[in-house]
Amino acid sequence: MSYRYLLRRTLLYMAAITFSLWVLIPVFLIAFSAFTPRQELYQWPRAVFPSHFSLETMRFFLGAYGVVRSLFNSVQVALLTLAFTLLVGAPAGYAVARFHFRGKGTFRLGILITRMFPTALLAVPLAVIFIRWGLYDTLLGVALIHTAMALPFAVIITTGIFMGVPKELEEAAMTLGCSRLGAFVRVALPLALPGLAAAAMFTFVISWNEVFAAAILTVRNRTLPAHIITTIQASPLDFRFAGGFFMILPALLFMFLIRRYLFHMWGGAIAER
Amino acid sequence: MPLFQAIGLAFRGDAGFTLAYFKKMVSDVRFFDALKYTFLLAITIVPLQLVTALAMALLLNKSFRGSRFFLYLFALPLGISDLAAGLIWLSIFTHRGFLNSILYTLGILEKPIHYLSYQNVGFTFLAVVAAEHWRATAIVMVILVAGLQMISKDYLEAAEVLGARGWKKTWYVILPLLKPSLQSALIIRTIFALQTFAVVLALAGQITPVLAGEAYFWQFLYRDSHVASAYAVLLMVISITMTWVYLRYLGAKTGGMRG
Repeated sequence: MSYRYLLRRTLLYMAAITFSLWVLIPVFLIAFSAFTPRQELYQWPRAVFPSHFSLETMRFFLGAYGVVRSLFNSVQVALLTLAFTLLVGAPAGYAVARFHFRGKGTFRLGILITRMFPTALLAVPLAVIFIRWGLYDTLLGVALIHTAMALPFAVIITTGIFMGVPKELEEAAMTLGCSRLGAFVRVALPLALPGLAAAAMFTFVISWNEVFAAAILTVRNRTLPAHIITTIQASPLDFRFAGGFFMILPALLFMFLIRRYLFHMWGGAIAER
Repeated sequence: MPLFQAIGLAFRGDAGFTLAYFKKMVSDVRFFDALKYTFLLAITIVPLQLVTALAMALLLNKSFRGSRFFLYLFALPLGISDLAAGLIWLSIFTHRGFLNSILYTLGILEKPIHYLSYQNVGFTFLAVVAAEHWRATAIVMVILVAGLQMISKDYLEAAEVLGARGWKKTWYVILPLLKPSLQSALIIRTIFALQTFAVVLALAGQITPVLAGEAYFWQFLYRDSHVASAYAVLLMVISITMTWVYLRYLGAKTGGMRG
């Protein structure tokens, strides 16, 4: 334990703690705001810490017109998106991980390219098409566009997950009398299940957070972010703070649960096994 | 398919091909402001994020005790939406928000500053930069950490045998090997920075208009899908051009590095 070593360690931790504070302080501030009594929010100068813990602001937010309804809409859209995305994305990811087929490279590149189109380019024409198809202002319509947005990520994540399941295990199952499908269902799927759950939560968060398309494609059946953004100019500050805090809650929870899988998203690198 | 529909909406009028919608878009009072702020935001935020994220990733690469804990902590904003991030920073920058209150309590300010107003467009812009920088640096960091983990230990050992240590090792060995990750992070972030929308709306309203926001207003408020599509097509053209520029001028040099 030399003097130099100690100095270096100290600097290292100081840097890490500085970055942590930069990340955490805004989250804490919005949490304080959401649990500050309404009166104190408008005082000058306002205290950083609320004088006492109060549910008044949150209750006001949840009681405001349209919030609970849009909350249920958000959950429905996110669950629909999750179902669609996994139904299409997981088999696609499995195919990319296991089989060699023509155009595989192009397929993977294509997945990435779809992510580069601006959301506006997808949402605006779809609004016109959806009116024609009767999907405009429906939760199904929003879920479809969210699926289109989440699918590339889902395929990339599930590819990484199935690559982590050794092919030999499936082959062994087949020599022991399983069919191709049986080997998948009995061996690969259970092993991939935690990873698939992570992909599902990630999809849920994408849908839960998405605002542009949801705001453009709905009028009355708004999701929570769409409701907040379309009423933002007219709503009081306490509504906005409570809404901001409320929106990050499930996102933070899910991100915590799937933290080990975050690295699957960005190509071959895998943080932990 | 929506791509062709969008191009159709942007160019086709009652009597066939028309540029009328693009003329309408360009002649809008906010068009050039939107163009200006979209570009300004992208060229301010993206380099800032790359530097911050690189510092974070290199720090975590030292794998000290608790580095994994810090990794997850740094990645926290990944789950936070742009709208929520805008609202979080609104609580800081608003007239009677945290920043003004703290500065007043410390005796630095005599009265609150209107950070987010037409009188302080510069401040408003910086507030948007702060919020976006805070929210989206995590993505860049995750890409770079993943990239760092792909660097083979052999290179690092060879570098140490040859006497490269500390900053030298970082500068001459790690950074060149990290170039593909830096490049993809750069492309991804630029494309998303060009689409910045909800953060701006939450913090600045229409004080600093951006292209994606204009597309939203034309579609949502003015109910004009044609002009909204024109904005969307413009955004895509800019995105593709930027990607092409990056690949053309950065890709040539990194070509041999991959694999």
